[in-house]
Amino acid sequence: MGWIPYLLTTAWLLPLASFLIISFFGQKPGLGGRGSAHVATGAIILSFTCALIAAGLWLYLFPISSSTEHASHLTSGALPRISSREPKQECTLAANRSATELKWCKTHEPQRDLTKFAKHDNSRHEVSFAGSHSSHEDGPSENTAHFPVPTLAGTWWVFAEFGQLKLPIGYYIDALTILMMVMVTLVATCIHIYSWGYMSEELQDTVVDHEITRTDGLPPVVRPGRFHRYFQYLSLFSFSMLGLVLASNLFMVFVFWELVGICSYLLIGFYLERPAAVRAATKAFVVNRIGDFGMLVGIAAFWAATGTVAFTDDSQRPGLFTVAAQLKQFVGEQASAGLKAQGTYLASPGSSEDTQSLTYFLLLLGGLGIFCGCVGKSAQFPLHVWLPDAMEGPTPVSALIHAATMVAAGVYLVGRFYPALTAEALFIIAAVGTVSLFLAGTMALVAKDIKRVLAFSTISQLGLMMFGLGIGGWVAGLFHLITHAFFKALLFLCAGSVIHATHTGDMTQLGGLVRKMPWTAMTMLVGCLAIIGAGIPPWGGLSGFYSKDAILAQAYLLASYGGLLARIFLGVAVLGAFLTGLYIFRLWFLTFAGPSRDPNRLDHAHESSPTMLAPIVTLAVLSVIAGWTVPATGISIPGLLLQADSRPHAFTKSSLWPDWTVPPEADSHAPEIHGPASWLAFSAGMLGVLTATIFYGLRWLDAKLIARLFPIPYRLLWNRWFIDWLYEKVIVTITLRLAQVVAWVDKQIIDTILDGAAGAIRTFAFTEDLFDRRVVDGAVNSIGHFAYRLGSELRRVQTGLLRQYLAIVVASIIILFCLSQFL
Amino acid sequence: MLTKRNLIGVLLGLELILNGANLNFVALGSPTLSGASPGLGLDGQLIALFVIVLAAAEVAVALGIVLSFYHLHGVIDVDEANELKG
Repeated sequence: MGWIPYLLTTAWLLPLASFLIISFFGQKPGLGGRGSAHVATGAIILSFTCALIAAGLWLYLFPISSSTEHASHLTSGALPRISSREPKQECTLAANRSATELKWCKTHEPQRDLTKFAKHDNSRHEVSFAGSHSSHEDGPSENTAHFPVPTLAGTWWVFAEFGQLKLPIGYYIDALTILMMVMVTLVATCIHIYSWGYMSEELQDTVVDHEITRTDGLPPVVRPGRFHRYFQYLSLFSFSMLGLVLASNLFMVFVFWELVGICSYLLIGFYLERPAAVRAATKAFVVNRIGDFGMLVGIAAFWAATGTVAFTDDSQRPGLFTVAAQLKQFVGEQASAGLKAQGTYLASPGSSEDTQSLTYFLLLLGGLGIFCGCVGKSAQFPLHVWLPDAMEGPTPVSALIHAATMVAAGVYLVGRFYPALTAEALFIIAAVGTVSLFLAGTMALVAKDIKRVLAFSTISQLGLMMFGLGIGGWVAGLFHLITHAFFKALLFLCAGSVIHATHTGDMTQLGGLVRKMPWTAMTMLVGCLAIIGAGIPPWGGLSGFYSKDAILAQAYLLASYGGLLARIFLGVAVLGAFLTGLYIFRLWFLTFAGPSRDPNRLDHAHESSPTMLAPIVTLAVLSVIAGWTVPATGISIPGLLLQADSRPHAFTKSSLWPDWTVPPEADSHAPEIHGPASWLAFSAGMLGVLTATIFYGLRWLDAKLIARLFPIPYRLLWNRWFIDWLYEKVIVTITLRLAQVVAWVDKQIIDTILDGAAGAIRTFAFTEDLFDRRVVDGAVNSIGHFAYRLGSELRRVQTGLLRQYLAIVVASIIILFCLSQFL
Repeated sequence: MLTKRNLIGVLLGLELILNGANLNFVALGSPTLSGASPGLGLDGQLIALFVIVLAAAEVAVALGIVLSFYHLHGVIDVDEANELKG
């Protein structure tokens, strides 16, 4: 047990070491070239090894099998093979009895294991059970009890201390952390290795950038190769993301959050000679600033509500998650007992029972603030505009941003703060996720650039994750995050392979590449199948099948309780599955199938080098198997995630909107929920694929015809629902106007005042100078002048005539004698 | 001494002045002029002796100066020694 924090911290710090080494010695000839790639890749491979060993230790210490019944029950919907063998696992919708059983195994079995292992623990590392206090006292019959979650938390170093507030550098490890560490290091390793091939052009001393079109007939831009710089940024990026995953408090979260942001800025703007890349990097940074502003507010609100930045309890005070859980429970009880009218907790903070209601209000504010940051980072609806533009960066960077680091950070953070999010905040999350899911899915339909389609797809899939998290599908949402990381990285690396071979990402110039690049085409097909969640519902399928089904099952469960909104949510999610199938196979058919639209590109194309293909194939394999359960052990990603799930098996009610009630996630695995949901997702996805095949695969119908038939929707989609246009015209214009006004005020008024002040001071100084010169200096000079004149007059006395001197002496003596005689 | 331009002459004049002073010492120191005094009554002679000794030393130094002055200027005219005039 003591080893896990050390291992994970090592995994976290190794990329930092690599970053520092390349920073300091990158200019040296050895490290300037492939040496830097060796250092960075070595570091990330070691990180991955550490994370993998830690994961193994974790599984050994906190075996999933201790709650085998529960785990198998959970995955029974996703893995019908097991469920068919266990017919006794019947979970009704009322679910009271089975829920109690579930919680029984969950509460008691792991605890026994944990207490056994806690003995080996040294005092530095705290093993804690989030919410275990309540479950101990209330016993298994209480529905509101929280599940104990095996957690390792500790502090390496207290960065700063301000009175009560401590800012520690520490770690918070639960199953989610372990999973994220493995996923991030694995995907990052693949991308590092892939970059050896993809970025090999940068190894040259001078690189000619053909992407920049010089209209004025100037020669193309020539710049020095920046191979080591690229790997330096990659290392920093990995370090930041791992730090965010490992963070034990809000302070660390914010620091690494911002580091991730700056890394993405640096890498999106990697081709800094291209104006579009610079614009995209700036756009990403500025849009993220908007989200991060909300995040700062959220952190402040959490701090105000709980008085601490730490997630878990320490010796002095309870942590954020404990306080939030208690508070939510209290408010929930009050609301259900009818002691206070629903909604009053939010409507009148500061009235009666002021502290509790105020704190609840702060908790809601904090949750929304954190989510605001996640909206920026994960490119959700209002702030999604930066992600498509971010395609200006090198393709492996896009893969990293889209799969393992930047945008995954947002979803991860929502998952991490789940215990502190109130029901109202979750509703907002679900709503934002739904809107993003739909908008981005439709935008992807008309995009022409291969990477842009994938970018919209990412927004859409992230929306699906947010939606899943918001409607209570914590395991489902994070499961989809993991599987999505694999297949989206795969899709991007394949797209990079295409771009590397043909030097274009424009699908109107591609086509027929399947003959030239069979490996890329086939692996990309695997990625496409994974992202649409291909599989046969009763048996199983690729990784995306399980995770997407889990989210849709939760949506279906929600909808089964009625309510218009829940039905809309489900409808949009199913529509999203249809759109996914459509746009991703449109992409595949346009790129790989059919005739080539630009023979030059096709002739030029070639299969990528093994350095690039190896990571692609690895990711393809992972995209297939990530959703499966390891035979005989019951180890699976959702099983591991379930271990970190601290929620009680209860309906989550909103005290503000009485209609909004989220059912517990475990209920969604009931066959009568999961089955239809699975078929729904399957048929929607297949319908999408079919449509794509008709239009782009077999070309029975011409897509251009449809676009001409419906010009208005086409223009709407082509212009991305005019959201960018709106921002450009309204927000940017207003901002620029405001900036102009401010500049005018600055120039005309403030500058005038400043200039006037400066002039006045100058005049004063001039006068003072005159006084100084004339009066002060004059007096001093005239004294000197007088002494000089006196000296030069007296000079004449000294004639140098010895006899004259003697005569004067004699005369003086005589005069003195006379004086002495007569006076 | 004041009228001589020759350095040696000046020195000669100086010696004469000193000797004059000696005479004064001896004469004014004699009991005949100053009356009885305690002690041996040889104060005047004693100071005269000191002056003679010092004069001898002074002449030695002065002649050295004269000699080097002569080496420097080739003449021993006092009025030529005016390098330090203002």
